[in-house]
Amino acid sequence: MSQDTGREMGGYRSYITGYVIALVLSAASFWVAMGGALSGWSVFAVLAVLALVQILVHLKFFLHLGLKTEKGRFDMLTLAFTTLVLVMVVGLSVWIIYASNAVMMG
Amino acid sequence: MSQTNSSASSDFDKDMSEEKVFGTEPNHGGHDHPQSIEFGFWLYLMTDCLLFASFFATYAVLFMNTAGAPGGAELFDPKLVMAETGLLLTSTMTFGFAMVEARRCARTQAGTGKVLLWLGVTFLLGAGFVALEVHEFSGLIADGYGPDRSAFLSSFFALVGLHGLHVTAGLIWILFMILEVKIKGTGGRTLTRLGRLGLFWHFLDLVWVSVFTFVYLFGVAQ
Repeated sequence: MSQDTGREMGGYRSYITGYVIALVLSAASFWVAMGGALSGWSVFAVLAVLALVQILVHLKFFLHLGLKTEKGRFDMLTLAFTTLVLVMVVGLSVWIIYASNAVMMG
Repeated sequence: MSQTNSSASSDFDKDMSEEKVFGTEPNHGGHDHPQSIEFGFWLYLMTDCLLFASFFATYAVLFMNTAGAPGGAELFDPKLVMAETGLLLTSTMTFGFAMVEARRCARTQAGTGKVLLWLGVTFLLGAGFVALEVHEFSGLIADGYGPDRSAFLSSFFALVGLHGLHVTAGLIWILFMILEVKIKGTGGRTLTRLGRLGLFWHFLDLVWVSVFTFVYLFGVAQ
């Protein structure tokens, strides 16, 4: 019974921990974008890193992704493959279009 | 016609009986089946991820083509986006609470009051998010900056609207789950359904992190 309660509290704790970290990261993102403390490309770099970290936080504390179980490993494998396709779709589209844009306009 | 029907139904029967056979094997115990269902749902979410990725790619390619209309820096209201972010993030936590309570109910046969409470709170927060988004969209359209104004606005409405539609679908799903929990309690199937809804809901908040960063904040910081 006490073990059960412990897990329940752990459940709550996981969501609250994730919430607080995500809230801090979101606040930092808005502060960086609106505060004007940084300028130029560093703003976008910092925002991208903050988003990436927050996505990892969501995966761990909300979606409970892990490598401990077989299912967890399959989840991770499919996520890795999806990320690969995602990076290719978004990254290569942007690369091609902006490169051709530079050629056309230059 | 009737022949294809009957062959289809016999295939179906075969599938069902095979499932039954698997179900009695020791390696395919009761806990394995819900897990593979959840994995299937996870695969759906990954394909949904790719759908969002293609919309993000479209936005990334088109966002500078404003056709003389204002861009994100002039049109986006960061305070509204901040409120949306807070609502959705809080709703993802309250759904987690509902899930914790649902597991407790399934174990201890406790009442479902707290599950329903947290599902209700999650619904209200999600509805608040959608309301703010509708407010933003209708404001833009009223000012003449609808999706037909520029390529930038087309891709913006498509991407953010796609996410909004997902959240709306999630809200409808939450309503159905509230009914199901109310009628049936949190038995085996209801619990796995709640688990899948949870994956969906948390996934949408994860996508929103990308939306508010790469669309709104990148636009504002320009």
